[in-house]
Amino acid sequence: MPDTITAADAPGAPTPPVEATGGIPVKAEKPRSLWSDAWYDLRRNPIFVISGVLILIILTVAVAPGLFTGTSPRDGDLVHHFLSNPKLTHFFKDDWFGYDNQGRSVYARTVFGARASVIVGVLTTLLSTVVGGLVGMLAGYFGGWIDAVLSRLVDVFFGIPFLLGSLVVLNAFSERSPLIVSLSLAFLGWTQTARVMRGSVISVKQADYVHAAQALGAGTPRILFRHILPNAVAPVIVVSTISLGAYISAEATLSFLGIGLQDPTVSWGIDIDSATAVIRNDPHVLFFPAIALSITVLAFIMLGDAVRDALDPKLR
Amino acid sequence: MTIIDKTAGVPAPRGSEDAPGVPLLEVRDLHVEFHTRDGVAKAVNGVNYSVNAGETLAVLGESGSGKSVSAQAIMGILDMPPGRIPQGEILFRGEDMLKMSGEERRRIRGRKIAMIFQDALSSLNPVLSVGYQLGEMFRVHQGMSKKDAKAKAIELMERVRIPAARERVGDYPHQFSGGMRQRIMIAMALALEPDLIIADEPTTALDVTVQAQVMDLLAELQREFNMGLILITHDLGVVADVADKIAVMYAGRIVETAPVHEIYKRPAHPYTKGLLQSIPRLDQKGQELFAIQGLPPNLLRIPSGCAFNPRCTAAQDICRTEVPALQQVTEQDGTDLPGRGSACHFWKETLHG
Amino acid sequence: MGRYVARRLLQMIPVFLGTTLLIFLMVYALPGDPIRALWGEKAADPVALAALRHKYGLDLPMWHQYWNYLVKLAHLDFGTTYSDRPVSQAMGIAFPVTIRLTAVAFTIELVLGIGLGLFAGMRAGRAADTIVLIFTLVVISVPVFVLAFILRQVFSTQGLNWVTPTVQNSYDVTQLLLPAFVLASASLAYVARLTRTTVAENLRADYLRTAVAKGLPRRRVIGVHLLRNSLIPVVTFLGTDLGALMGGAIITEGIFNIQGVGLLLFQGLQRREGATVVGVATVLVLVYLATSLIVDLLYAVLDPRIRYA
Repeated sequence: MPDTITAADAPGAPTPPVEATGGIPVKAEKPRSLWSDAWYDLRRNPIFVISGVLILIILTVAVAPGLFTGTSPRDGDLVHHFLSNPKLTHFFKDDWFGYDNQGRSVYARTVFGARASVIVGVLTTLLSTVVGGLVGMLAGYFGGWIDAVLSRLVDVFFGIPFLLGSLVVLNAFSERSPLIVSLSLAFLGWTQTARVMRGSVISVKQADYVHAAQALGAGTPRILFRHILPNAVAPVIVVSTISLGAYISAEATLSFLGIGLQDPTVSWGIDIDSATAVIRNDPHVLFFPAIALSITVLAFIMLGDAVRDALDPKLR
Repeated sequence: MTIIDKTAGVPAPRGSEDAPGVPLLEVRDLHVEFHTRDGVAKAVNGVNYSVNAGETLAVLGESGSGKSVSAQAIMGILDMPPGRIPQGEILFRGEDMLKMSGEERRRIRGRKIAMIFQDALSSLNPVLSVGYQLGEMFRVHQGMSKKDAKAKAIELMERVRIPAARERVGDYPHQFSGGMRQRIMIAMALALEPDLIIADEPTTALDVTVQAQVMDLLAELQREFNMGLILITHDLGVVADVADKIAVMYAGRIVETAPVHEIYKRPAHPYTKGLLQSIPRLDQKGQELFAIQGLPPNLLRIPSGCAFNPRCTAAQDICRTEVPALQQVTEQDGTDLPGRGSACHFWKETLHG
Repeated sequence: MGRYVARRLLQMIPVFLGTTLLIFLMVYALPGDPIRALWGEKAADPVALAALRHKYGLDLPMWHQYWNYLVKLAHLDFGTTYSDRPVSQAMGIAFPVTIRLTAVAFTIELVLGIGLGLFAGMRAGRAADTIVLIFTLVVISVPVFVLAFILRQVFSTQGLNWVTPTVQNSYDVTQLLLPAFVLASASLAYVARLTRTTVAENLRADYLRTAVAKGLPRRRVIGVHLLRNSLIPVVTFLGTDLGALMGGAIITEGIFNIQGVGLLLFQGLQRREGATVVGVATVLVLVYLATSLIVDLLYAVLDPRIRYA
């Protein structure tokens, strides 16, 4: 619809329209940047709201599991084994989700499991975003042989299948804390961010305002961090948010395979792994951690989607 | 109000099926609106114009005036869910196209009425060769074979003076320069020798020398095929050479109509006057450039009365309350000036000073 | 075009060397002594330990080991396991199984993914589109191993009992359907979303408006003009995904008991058999490099704007 809605309220128009003679007052409009536009759209997007609420809940559970249950996830009383089925109306009580084959409260384990997932997810994302972002920015901005070398480096790490590589790395460690797991995941994960950042920087680099800054004699660090980075960062934010969900899923997968987190750390992946043995008679032991895991991953991916829609200039 | 203008030397209308006196295309009281999240945008609010065979109508206006939307409504290529045509008629050779079925309109499109778009690079399919896109017209509408269609495509390319047509028929749009791409678009529109061509800002994306060449080509082909031409533009300079009559649009309505030379000499609407005054002229060198104050209105909230009133230097109270109809413009002594109309309460003052 | 191919091939060489070196380092340089582990809990005889180490070349400096590995690789010799069985033999049995699984998964991903995406893209913004978006989102979010168990429960053991819970005979395609679907699920969802997005974008493109203005029938506008443009990013994604499918089959193979390379690698890891791990990983990397080269070339073929860049 090229001709219809007019320039009067175009995004990015910083000055208020000129008052026409005839005395009709015109309201001055606040300047609208990409970020404030995006926030405006986000607030109205039901997906953002839902995922936002979910994530807040998950974070609260991760940070303060004590608010949700008083029981320890590690103490199991085999007495419960005989009454292990979930009592779905006992909200927030120990037997809400039933008991597992070691007599531990599935509810308590599900609650405490959030922490490991969130920590690994956040840590891995931070590491891969910082490292990948830096490499991508340098490769994209400087071009030439710096780009050639860095891109080949990215290709090398990218060429290793993600799960496989993480398996091999983690297999070498006998003590696998959340930090070790995060480092192992980030070891291969940074390549994704690097590629996205590089592509984004390359397209931003062509913009006239970058040429203008260069012509005005701005130093490279200034151009990089004040001009290029804020404008190139949007796709990276989207990818990182979605990757967060993917890393949580990856951690659970590795723990499921027995090569991820270990006891005494409480992880949904570990729970699901041990639950597969009893799935025939006690499906609830697998069901609840699986649901919790799926919802958590879903929440982050939904958030990434909503952020992408809000930041995408083509959808305006 | 129908405007039929007589221009010297217009050849007889094409095709024996034409009833004498029936214009090739006639748009009557066309209204187009778009239902958006923020409200209803009234893009076209009661437009009337007509074109005869061999005649060129220039439709002038800024962005948001509704000139492109009315053209797209004629072609039938508007997105109809957000868009709606609540009232009006579009008569092609006397038949109302709005009452036709989708299939009937499709058969008219491309074959009888063709359109040329502004940006030829984005308007041509980037992954199909130029020869393919040209030949498609013949293959689809006339059932020609691939070989014959390709030969016709080369013929067309030569007709619009693209050098080395035979070698370049397999090339892709991005491999041509802007001017040549526009010629390809023209060739594509002409392929089936339509009765009417609508050119939506065909030269806006081109630089000035190329503009002249493309406009010359268009005029020559129009004469050769005796087609009607609706030229949509915001550039008064281009219009002077090619058009027979002009319709000036603002906020979805026609505010002035006139034969081309008259409008430059004696505009009868403050908006037209403002447009003419804003053309930079060599003999004004060193003086401040004139611009019409303000911006075109938001189509979701068109000002009441005359839509131009917030920007008009001569606006009075009546302008803010009553929408002026397009009235016949006369000389000071009352004789009708044929083909001239103005939608202004005070056109007399504007015209006669 | 020939220069483009040559350039890409040249670029691939350092990447191949780098990736194999990285894998090699990851397997051999990280802590853990595989030879020692052969004794398990028992005390190890130092003489025997040294002899075995020497036999498998593990007492050589790292770069020497890597060099030997490269030389052997040139002869397609992937070394032997600690039970003296050639790795290439084990791979020769396992790879065809994985290939069959991946082929079925790829077909599912292609057909269902593009079909769903086209369906949703043409109805962008309407209810059907939203449903597809939600559905694909859920499929992407539920981890593969969870999905495997859920689907297995529904379609096999306790549910409809349409298929066997594990794969007995990997030549039987019907037995591979469920694991292939599980393997393809996340990629399918991604392909559907990608297709949907490009279709929705291209529906609003100027050239499509021109095609309609030319009076072309809708079938042709969609089937020729729209699809030719929309499918370019989808096809290129599918190409790279082929390698990813093979690499990610580990879980599916484990759960459904398919004797493919994923399982082979996993066992190699547990036995700390570097040769097996490196062997499987090397072949997977080669597959990835080959498919990524093909994809780049394919992209140039499909999009004429790239060819002359």
